[in-house]
Amino acid sequence: MATLLAWSFGPSEMYKATGLITYGGNMGKYASGFLAPNFHDWKYYLEEMLVTVQTALWGTFLAAIFGMPISLLCSNNLAPIWVVQPVRRLMDAARSINELVWAVFFVVAVGLGPFAGVMAIFVNTLGVFGKLYSEAVEASDPRPVEGIRATGASKIHEILYGIIPQVMPLWISYTLYRFEANVRGATILGIVGAGGIGQVLFENVRGFYYAETAALMLMMIATVAIVDIISQQLRRIMV
Amino acid sequence: MSNIQIASLSKTFANGTKALNGLDLNIRSGEMVALIGASGSGKSTLVRHIAGLIGSDVNAGTSINVDGRIVQAKGRIAADIRNIRRNIGVVFQQFNLVGRLSVLTNVLTGKLGQMPLLAGALGNFSLADQQVAMQALERVGIAATARQRASTLSGGQQQRAAIARALVQGAKVLIADEPIASLDPASARRVMETLVGINREDGITIIVSLHQVEYARRFCPRTIAMQAGRIVFDGPSVALTNERLTEIYGSASEELVLPDAADLNSLKAVAA
Repeated sequence: MATLLAWSFGPSEMYKATGLITYGGNMGKYASGFLAPNFHDWKYYLEEMLVTVQTALWGTFLAAIFGMPISLLCSNNLAPIWVVQPVRRLMDAARSINELVWAVFFVVAVGLGPFAGVMAIFVNTLGVFGKLYSEAVEASDPRPVEGIRATGASKIHEILYGIIPQVMPLWISYTLYRFEANVRGATILGIVGAGGIGQVLFENVRGFYYAETAALMLMMIATVAIVDIISQQLRRIMV
Repeated sequence: MSNIQIASLSKTFANGTKALNGLDLNIRSGEMVALIGASGSGKSTLVRHIAGLIGSDVNAGTSINVDGRIVQAKGRIAADIRNIRRNIGVVFQQFNLVGRLSVLTNVLTGKLGQMPLLAGALGNFSLADQQVAMQALERVGIAATARQRASTLSGGQQQRAAIARALVQGAKVLIADEPIASLDPASARRVMETLVGINREDGITIIVSLHQVEYARRFCPRTIAMQAGRIVFDGPSVALTNERLTEIYGSASEELVLPDAADLNSLKAVAA
């Protein structure tokens, strides 16, 4: 452990840590700029914030719709191994590339704006749901499925009646959790031009408008908190 | 007419255990047969073979016919097994209901095998189907629970719901795999009475695997006793006395007799 830390010390520029104290005054001045948030443009901020939430909503929704059938294809107890493995690797790829990176690609593909953000969140979240949903399917009780099978029902019926009712509460729960995370994620997509509040934030940070930046950050915190509370309530009702 | 025909059925599991060993068996239409044996004697394996849920060893002479149709032969499960399964109702030890669905929906799934794929997938059960399901629930005495989630029912009620599912299926043969092993004596008796009822009134052939010989003597005219994958007794249940059991199983026979004399008396009281 000590060796690893020593090895990483130089490349991660840890020697600059003393600067935290040396330049403490500068940082204080910088921070004090944030102390008086400026909400004069709040209507515009609110609009952009709303677009951010809407982007996350659509991205998560699409990922859930496509994630459900795909997760069945990557469940070992339902699909043959030669289907499970390739689909899983594909989901791994979708998941391991950050949504910000996907956003860069989609801005090129579909142009600047929130739709690129929707697609970025969709692809990344699809990878997450493929894994989470299929884990729920694999952990489901096989006995009800056998009960359905014994009536002469088809494979599709076995899944719809035997498995889906069992995994639905978990699926809903995962989807709501992920929606919360995606609202947070969507707030930075604007940095690469994929719409929403990130764009405004980036412009203000770049322009040294500390008061406006502070206002934007407060709005983000409030929005994420509200989304968290709403999704918590939904989870309680639906699960 | 012979309803269930089994010829030289053997099953060796992947770990080398020989669960069934050259088993031959004929059961006539409308019979109610008990399957007795200690844990690991092959009862469940036999039941699952008849339902076409698992395939046997590949032997030239092996075949299982139910109601004149081949369930499996030479280790291969029939290609149209889904159609055959409709005629075979299965009742499991752990009921195998879908806990989060209503009791009525669980019973209605008995109709899935006869429905077009899409109608079944959408849950488009006809009014006639729903009436049949409600009648089945009334038959087994739990109509009042129809709208409840299956998981809220007691074990005995869940098992009767599972029997209702098999009834809705319109099965001609009912196979019950240890249906009362997880139930208290009172629930066990009700489930056995329900099975006897549908055997007598509907003429449905029933095979029920049991752990205790008292239930076999009380409810089933014919008993088949198994040991190490072979049939070691096949005859009238009354002939399978405790002495005869000891002869066959030795000290292992204790497992097959209700340990508590009081339980035994309560069973006899019902019989009287």
